[in-house]
Amino acid sequence: MARPTPDTEQRTPPPERARLQAAVRLEGVHKRFGDVTAVDGVTLDVRQGEFFSMLGPSGSGKTTCLRMIAGFETPTSGTVLLLGRDVTRLAPYDRDVNTVFQDYALFPHMTVGQNVEYGLRVKGVAPEERRGRAAEALRMVRLEGFERRKPSQLSGGQRQRVALARALVNQPAVVLLDEPLGALDLKLRQQMQIELKAIQQRIGLTFIYVTHDQEEALTMSDRLAVMNAGRIEQVGTPAEVYEKPSTGFVAGFVGVSNTLSGDAAREVTGSSATITVRPEKIRMLERDERPGDGECSVTGHVRDVVYLGANTRYTVDLDPGGELVVLQQNLARSSMEALEVRGKRVRLAWDRLHSRTLARSEEGTGPPGPGEEGT
Amino acid sequence: MVYLAALAILLVSAFWRLDPLSFSVVHRLGLTNFQILWRESVYRKIAVRTVGISAGVTITDVLLAFPLAYYAARLAGSRLKAAILLSVTLPLWSSYLVRIYAWRLILDRQGLVNWTLHKLHLASVDISFTNWAIWIAFTYLWLPFVFFPIYASLERIPGSFLEASSDMGAKWPMTLRRVILPLALPGIVAGSIFSFSLTLGDYITPTTVGNTQFIGNVVYNNVLGVASNQPFGAAFALVPVAVMAIYLLAARRVGAFEAL
Repeated sequence: MARPTPDTEQRTPPPERARLQAAVRLEGVHKRFGDVTAVDGVTLDVRQGEFFSMLGPSGSGKTTCLRMIAGFETPTSGTVLLLGRDVTRLAPYDRDVNTVFQDYALFPHMTVGQNVEYGLRVKGVAPEERRGRAAEALRMVRLEGFERRKPSQLSGGQRQRVALARALVNQPAVVLLDEPLGALDLKLRQQMQIELKAIQQRIGLTFIYVTHDQEEALTMSDRLAVMNAGRIEQVGTPAEVYEKPSTGFVAGFVGVSNTLSGDAAREVTGSSATITVRPEKIRMLERDERPGDGECSVTGHVRDVVYLGANTRYTVDLDPGGELVVLQQNLARSSMEALEVRGKRVRLAWDRLHSRTLARSEEGTGPPGPGEEGT
Repeated sequence: MVYLAALAILLVSAFWRLDPLSFSVVHRLGLTNFQILWRESVYRKIAVRTVGISAGVTITDVLLAFPLAYYAARLAGSRLKAAILLSVTLPLWSSYLVRIYAWRLILDRQGLVNWTLHKLHLASVDISFTNWAIWIAFTYLWLPFVFFPIYASLERIPGSFLEASSDMGAKWPMTLRRVILPLALPGIVAGSIFSFSLTLGDYITPTTVGNTQFIGNVVYNNVLGVASNQPFGAAFALVPVAVMAIYLLAARRVGAFEAL
């Protein structure tokens, strides 16, 4: 990937630069609240027009990063660049970004229409244009004709869309979303995930999306950053982060992952370096079957079987120590057959390409991640 | 029930009248009392003074309470906040009479205010027993009652509302006008109802720190005092009731109760 150099003098870059120019760039950003370090040296580029997620457990610093981009917090040190312009010390009202808040923050004393128009009204846009653009934004989120309602008359999902329309109507350089689907139930959340992504692709704005839900991040993002303890563990596409986690923390946080270390790792790979492998990549060999070329294998006995409908999940205690979770699709197996395996000896095998050697041995407590794309 | 019955008797007796010769109450409905109220300029003046000072006190209290409440609710640290809340509540621990007599002493010609001005080599002010003294005493008396509803309404505004407003390009004055004030309005109206109605009905402060009559004094004199014209007292007592009713209706029209 070609990295643009930061460019502070040029506020409106020529078109061919515009694509390369990062929408948002954080450079060595730290944020401390008293004794607590919320963000501990984050360097990050968000490209224009991409759907970028910041994924991490609560307290990992992802929301603080978002708030520093919005201008609600000022970094203790480091720089925030918006389209190449240094905005580190600018107030929120001087930044070309809009936020969709976790609690939506819709003004209860205003109608939906007034809420959506608020940004335009503050900037002194004429009433007719304001109304037109608000109607347009509401159509985009499929709420046309809701202008006169009060936020209290809307469902959670509808409020969420109004909050989105209120941000989109200003056509900001970047839209920031702080766990906007957190308050919705699962079905609605999945529906809104698809819808949000579709809206983002249609209008081509840059979205930065904060979530602790790894599935959400994998579903929606063009790229994502996995954060832990104020640092970025890994940045990459969902496939890169899922298939090639660069740290133990990423492997554990994004999806279910098996880690093997010590004797078990040595038996499988010949080295004691910790490896990870996804449960669905492992297969259970038939009785007389031998592992194929390029496959590694290990023996053990099945401790637990959980029948999940489409899949069955086996927990296997390995002979050299440790355990592996194996997820198998129930292609031709009935629940009876699946459950019969409990307590039996099995041989597990998987393609060497599917196991990853981790950069560090300890989970989540090692030195800071490089803050760059996964290899 | 008893309360409503008392109000009903007040309403009905206002339309009775006192026989000028026998000094007995004539139990027949008529508008005699209201005609007197309207015709006699003394009563008009008293009514205007009462309502005027009530309005002045209310406006002053809101102007004082709002910034203080905003500071306590949104800006102050927890210790300073506690100190502000305590200092606003503290006067309520002493008797109402003690507080107005204190103001009488403070504003006296040889009182604290003039003593301080004298020490600073400034000209003395002579406002004891004037409407200004009444205004100051009332403003002080009712400040806690105006402060707390406003404080509660400001405290209830989520921080994200202010952030959202700022995020969409509004500077603080704009946020104040379009977000904070509309959301604090129920609190402001609730507080102003307290200070307005409490001033309107008071009859002790005007004669203690001031030298003038309020509607309450006239009512007192007619019902319990020397004038002893109970129907007339009842009729005059309806004036503050009517003023309050108009005020509440006006408050409802501007949408002050919608957020309740």
